[in-house]
Amino acid sequence: MYDGGKIITGLIIGVILLSFPFWYNLGKAAKFPEPKLTPKAKQAGQCVETKVYMKAHHMQLLNKWRDDVVRKGYRLYVGLNGKMFKMSLQNECLKCHSNKQEFCDKCHNFVDVKPYCWECHIEPKEAKGGK
Amino acid sequence: MAELPKPKELVDSIDYTPPAKPWMETRPEFKPGTYGYGVKAKNLKIMGFPNQRDFFPSEEDWKLPENWKEIFLEGMEDRLNRFRSFRLFMDICVRCGACADKCHYFIGGGDPKNMPVLRAELLRSIYKKYFTWPGKILGKLAGARELTYDVFKEIWYYMYQCSECRRCSVFCPYGIDTCEITMMGRELMNLLGCNLNWIGEPVANCYRTGNHLGIEPQGIVSIFEFLCDELADITGVKVDIKAHLNRKGADILFIVPSGSYFADPGTYTMEGEFLFLDYLEKKYGLKWTMSTYASEGGNFGLFTSNEAMKRLNAKMYAEAKRLGVKWILGGECGHMWRVIHQYMATMNGPADFLEVPRNPITGTVFEHAKETKMVHICEFTADLIRHGKLPLDPSRNDHWVVTYHDSCNPSRGMGLLEEPRYIIKNVCNNFYEMPENTIREKTFCCGSGAGLGSEENIITRMRGGLPRANAVKYVHEKYGVNVLCCICAIDRASFPPLLSYWVPGVDCCGIHELVGNALVLPEEERGIRQRKMDLRGNPLKGFEDEMEEE
Amino acid sequence: MSFNLAFYSAFFAVLGLVGIVLLGLGAHLYVIFGVVVPYVAVLLFFVGMIYRVVRWGRCPVPFRIPTVCGQQQSLPWIKRTLGDKIESPFTTRWVIVRMLLEVLCFRSLFRNLSVSLDKEGPKLSYFSNKWLWLWAITFHYSFLVVLLRHLRFFTQPVPGFVHFLDSIDSFFEIGLPQIQISGIILLIAVTFLLIRRITNPQVRYISLPSDYFPLFLIIGIAFSGILMRYWYKVDVVAVKELALSLVHLNPQVPKGIGWIFYVHLFLVCVLFAYFPFSKLVHMAGIFLSPTRNLPNNSRYVRHINPWNPVVKVHTYEEYEEEFREKMKEAGLPLEKE
Repeated sequence: MYDGGKIITGLIIGVILLSFPFWYNLGKAAKFPEPKLTPKAKQAGQCVETKVYMKAHHMQLLNKWRDDVVRKGYRLYVGLNGKMFKMSLQNECLKCHSNKQEFCDKCHNFVDVKPYCWECHIEPKEAKGGK
Repeated sequence: MAELPKPKELVDSIDYTPPAKPWMETRPEFKPGTYGYGVKAKNLKIMGFPNQRDFFPSEEDWKLPENWKEIFLEGMEDRLNRFRSFRLFMDICVRCGACADKCHYFIGGGDPKNMPVLRAELLRSIYKKYFTWPGKILGKLAGARELTYDVFKEIWYYMYQCSECRRCSVFCPYGIDTCEITMMGRELMNLLGCNLNWIGEPVANCYRTGNHLGIEPQGIVSIFEFLCDELADITGVKVDIKAHLNRKGADILFIVPSGSYFADPGTYTMEGEFLFLDYLEKKYGLKWTMSTYASEGGNFGLFTSNEAMKRLNAKMYAEAKRLGVKWILGGECGHMWRVIHQYMATMNGPADFLEVPRNPITGTVFEHAKETKMVHICEFTADLIRHGKLPLDPSRNDHWVVTYHDSCNPSRGMGLLEEPRYIIKNVCNNFYEMPENTIREKTFCCGSGAGLGSEENIITRMRGGLPRANAVKYVHEKYGVNVLCCICAIDRASFPPLLSYWVPGVDCCGIHELVGNALVLPEEERGIRQRKMDLRGNPLKGFEDEMEEE
Repeated sequence: MSFNLAFYSAFFAVLGLVGIVLLGLGAHLYVIFGVVVPYVAVLLFFVGMIYRVVRWGRCPVPFRIPTVCGQQQSLPWIKRTLGDKIESPFTTRWVIVRMLLEVLCFRSLFRNLSVSLDKEGPKLSYFSNKWLWLWAITFHYSFLVVLLRHLRFFTQPVPGFVHFLDSIDSFFEIGLPQIQISGIILLIAVTFLLIRRITNPQVRYISLPSDYFPLFLIIGIAFSGILMRYWYKVDVVAVKELALSLVHLNPQVPKGIGWIFYVHLFLVCVLFAYFPFSKLVHMAGIFLSPTRNLPNNSRYVRHINPWNPVVKVHTYEEYEEEFREKMKEAGLPLEKE
């Protein structure tokens, strides 16, 4: 007895399951995110730290800011080149990056990250009425 | 003959710590008492098996053919292609070690090569070396090794220290069955004429005379007549056994292991079965027959090769056909039932000349055996008891405090668990189970199965039997159990020495011995006669004094 | 094989693999490690696994040999518990249940016992030992969750179940990026399995390099993954661009992904490529195990052996021929007088 039919069926099921990423994306063009800077941000030319650092570590920086402000009462952050910044999402970050949809969400959605910033903070107006 | 150490010394010698030397670098010592004698040329000749010469494992030269290595490797390749189990089990073991302490030979001996995983690894290392490319390239690093004369001997030694009981297979997460591996290993050994004589001789005997012991037809007649005379002395019932031998036109053919009529305490079971069948014939008109040609239910071919197994088993259907019976009833035997349940229909079937087994007394159709047309006597008896067809007086077994040993093959090869218990509970009043991890599918082998029951193998047997005997000891001390009941002829041959070594004071019996004791015969029912002795000739409870006076 | 040889050869093999990537990155072989190696690994995985299964499938199952772990189906009034029906299955339906339990719950391993010998007495006792089961199943399931979570890099849009898994996995909302429990548990479980292999004298004695190697490899994978997520951060967007380009069969290697990503990726590729050629094939093999995937009904249905050999038997005629006189004398009926 070989049970060839069962084995082949099993193999096909196995291959289909394991090759999921290959066929799931078929026909779907991959749209790579291109976050847009507001004119204001462009003009500033420089965030609180380098672009590379911000790209990788912004969540940790924000986390630290939150702790520093809420738990320790610190208010100021010494950034790149000794420049001082107010540690505030709403009053510092969003001042330049006021376009959540075109900036934050672009990458977050792409890599399926759902930050919980907006559980406490009010989302920028722009997002509410977003296109 | 080997000197058997005292039980205490044997226990003290058990050490589960593996040696410092890696396993590939150790070789077994062929100590007397730890292996069986080699097969005799005459037995190989009868079967037409290869390399016919007297084989002595203790000697340096095993007289293998020049090209033994090719034969072994070609045989291995052939089996890797014919048995999915073999190839798969060679491939998928992860060496998790769950099986390690499940083997009775390991528990009772501590030799790491008796851990099922390492027993398999002995062959797996050869498989890797010659049949997989990582093994070919990386060699030892991949767990592969060369097949040398020494390695061959080592494989031999451990293939004959496995009783194919399948307990490890219950615990393996992939169901790897060391029995399958041992069976393959032994087939390879047989390609080179390296069987044990304790297997090879029964095989040759069975082929020629129909039974393992080589008893010729007239011998069977006289043994059966002797047993029936004894039975008549005890019960007053004279069974005309000759009229039942090789009888045509009966309803059923009854096949028992020859162990049942050769030696105590098996013979008491045989007497019980005679009494039981005679009762059924006289009371209900069930016509039964036994055969001198198919005078063996057991099948040592199972321990040799699948072809040998088939050659020996063929006589069952052949004889059933010649005698024109409706179906076959099988006696109390362990490995016989592995063969019948899992192999017989495949090998020797289809048995389309037989009818679907039906108990003519109760009308029960044994639907589950409709293909094989063979029913276990415990299924048959349980059905009769259930339908109230057997008047039973369990108090006649009151001199026994019983525990039940699930024999490896009927439990793990078949699932015959409740039928025997149902019978026991109906034929005796004192029944106690052994601890739950030592019964049913987790039962322990007697230590002498699969052809390892020879006298010269006594140390291995006592070691392997320790777990079983120790569980018996537990109920012996706790409940006063004095008899171990079982449904296997090898058990009945191996338990007496095992129990007297580890648990003196506990006897061994078959189920139908107890049935024979409890069965109330018509004359007894009418009060014409009274049973004062059990089938062993010992006084029943309440008749001890009377017997002494006589 | 000595413990040292088995253990250290596997350890240094994994270390060597890390070395290979670092050297490769030094030589700017991003395309090799970002594209060629992953494709080769996946190809080897699929081709290898199919080859293995087909190889097994081409060997017949000559006999029906389930390991029976419960009461058989026989007389109608003999009660069969649910356990009996599953572990002594009479029909294919119950075989499926048995297989599901085996594959999904590691049923047989759950049975595991340990034995202890008290030499006074002597007394053997057996006690339930579920540690191996616990860590084995923890290991397998956490690995599965980790694997499925990674689908977020290979899919766009990310399917709901992946997001759901992710949110459960970081349920505790500790730290940022939030700690995912599965990764930590995977590392703990695999470490336990390694420690067990080293400290259990019997298991240590039987262990080969091929037993340590996958453990070290998986430890390397989990460790580099955790390092990458929480400490040596890489450009996640670029990673996903690479991953998507790979599954779109349009490979492009974005610039500036950190070295640790390539270490992680390479170890994963090695695992995939190694899979079909090692004991890890048990993943597929378990489905084919004849002691588990066959019903216990061989007296009810005839199992066919495709190579059922024609053998020489000793017929009754030959038997009677040899013993005729003796049988006659003993008064047994004969076919030929």
